[in-house]
Amino acid sequence: MADRLEGLALEENATYDQEALNYIQRAARYGMYDIRGLGAKRSLPGFEDLTFLTGSMSRYPLEGYREKCVTRTAIGTRHAENPIELDIPITIAGMSFGALSATVKDALGHAASEMGTSTTTGDGGMTPEERASSETLVYQCLPSRYGFNPDDVRKADAIEVVVGQGAKPGGGGMLLGLKMGERVARMRTLPPGIDQRSACRHPDWTGPDDLTIKIRELREITDWRVPIYIKFGATRVFNDVKLAVHAGADAIVVDGMQGGTAATQQVFIEDTGIPTLAAVRQAREALEDLDMRGTVQLIASGGIRTGADVAKAIALGADAVSIGQGVMMALGCNSPHYWQNGEAVSALEDYKALGTKPGYCHHCQSGKCPVGITTQDPELEQRVDLEEGAKRVRRYLQTLNMELTTLARACGKSDVHHLEPEDLVALTVEAAAMAKVPLAGTDWIPGGAGQ
Amino acid sequence: MAGISEGKAPESNGESDLRFDLREHSVRHINGRLHGDLSGIRHVAIDHPDGAHNLAVGVDAPVNIDIQGHAGYFIGGMNQQAEITVHGNVGWSVGENIMSGTVRVKGFASECAAASGHGGLVVIEKDASSRCGISMKGVDIVVGGSVGHMSGFMAQLGTMVICGDAGHGLGDSLYEAVIYIRGKDHGLGADAREEPMEETDRRKVAGLLEKAGLDYAPSEFRRIASGRTLYHWNADAEQEY
Ligand code: SF4
Repeated sequence: MADRLEGLALEENATYDQEALNYIQRAARYGMYDIRGLGAKRSLPGFEDLTFLTGSMSRYPLEGYREKCVTRTAIGTRHAENPIELDIPITIAGMSFGALSATVKDALGHAASEMGTSTTTGDGGMTPEERASSETLVYQCLPSRYGFNPDDVRKADAIEVVVGQGAKPGGGGMLLGLKMGERVARMRTLPPGIDQRSACRHPDWTGPDDLTIKIRELREITDWRVPIYIKFGATRVFNDVKLAVHAGADAIVVDGMQGGTAATQQVFIEDTGIPTLAAVRQAREALEDLDMRGTVQLIASGGIRTGADVAKAIALGADAVSIGQGVMMALGCNSPHYWQNGEAVSALEDYKALGTKPGYCHHCQSGKCPVGITTQDPELEQRVDLEEGAKRVRRYLQTLNMELTTLARACGKSDVHHLEPEDLVALTVEAAAMAKVPLAGTDWIPGGAGQ
Repeated sequence: MAGISEGKAPESNGESDLRFDLREHSVRHINGRLHGDLSGIRHVAIDHPDGAHNLAVGVDAPVNIDIQGHAGYFIGGMNQQAEITVHGNVGWSVGENIMSGTVRVKGFASECAAASGHGGLVVIEKDASSRCGISMKGVDIVVGGSVGHMSGFMAQLGTMVICGDAGHGLGDSLYEAVIYIRGKDHGLGADAREEPMEETDRRKVAGLLEKAGLDYAPSEFRRIASGRTLYHWNADAEQEY
């Protein structure tokens, strides 16, 4: 009897589970929502729910260690005089100076340049360090327009008009005063130390017709040299892609629900947008509908971690992917230690002070990053060594690219861009329905043609 | 100096160093030329704009540019150094993200005039529509007439002088920008408040009115600035945030 009672006492209520209880009790205590960094914690249908049908009898694989597989990728071939030419289809996503330290931005530039790919600015403008270290730099035109100026526009290799982000489609960010140091404040034209709320929409246009004219303005200012991307958080992807094409985008960046952020309301991160795999498929369909595949390039982002994720995104229709959180993790995010003079130094006490542990941290909003990535504190910033950081990111990108080509060759492709939806099947009904590929072992696509 | 006519445009009347006619030249042709070598060029005239968008954007030279009629969106965008005058009305976002120099509209301006401007001066001689000076970051704006609703929204730095009235929500979520208004406002936005006019305010208004060529007494203006209650996140502010 006692055992039975004990068992009952530990039965969790499915509606008011620990997570819901914590949420309610926290809300009751503070009267405000949670603001945090990184991306969605909940389990979502993702690329891991897909698997490749590699070559065997009906298709012929290429020799993994002998035969070459092309990874070169051109972005912005529609209107720009100088399209972007990348050695690999894996780019570094926009992350702001302010969210990240100047050293980290610089390290990302070096890593991207060594791998022949691009890196991207963010809210807060372009730092001279990242311009110098990035051979190919995409300059974001964000709603806040912090530090946005025509000199930097002309220094950019491409311009990305950011409409929204996967972690917070429809919302702005929040840079807490702790991260608003002198230099960040100066670049953002704000008083140091205040909480900065970034805008959720652009100040000078509100709809696709205005955006068309805005894009032409950017083209005029840059004398039609550089490509213009449009990035948005994945929600109504099919229609948004069509409108972005109509507005004149050379490339479209679709950022899925697994995308990260430096800081926003938890409710945005967990309860808005659609998963990346569904977003890529819808974006491809919209481009096909307009007969624009190959003319307007598609870049997928949002929780892409491995070479397999990259390969699957490309097979579903992306021309390239863009990675933010994975790159931060390569730099040491959520690692138990950081490196100084070649020595591993424990960061456990710093995690503890934030009320977390390595592997569970999502405190980028605090400015007290235990491993020195998302901080403006000069002491913490030193925890990322420029050279070591660049090397780690380069190795990560290199690994992804090797995995990508390995899978492509196994599917019989001599160019990663030849991967196609037919190379994939889904392991769950949900993923099959979202990605519109058959459930493994069947030819059934839930919601597919004729159903 | 006799005007240099580009393409098939008629020769200038002798007042312009460069003269373009939108009926003969494309916007691309004109902007391309304005981004090129302008040494020795002091005055540029653009005839028959007829509502064209993106005229004289991204100019970075100390030239005077006269647009001889009504123009469209984003006129004089991201201007640096140039003194641009539109002899007519303009559409949305005139002088957006201006860095320096002047953009002057002799007529009316539609929404978002001088949005996110970092520096320089934007003068609208008649009325400007809603969200004038939204997100301004150091630009000075003088409006001879009235402005529409939510003007100065999230304005960070710079000065806006409004000689007429303002629609509702004036200066909502202001940071360090200051607004001077001569007429009525139809309600201030969150965290905007009226503050006493000091001598420095009057001098600032007088200086900007003089630059704009408008003749009002600075003593007729009121000062609107941030209450700074929202500089740190406050859950209790709820929708007033
Ligand atoms: S370790 Fe740093 S970068 Fe990673 S989640 Fe924590 S605060 Fe953010």
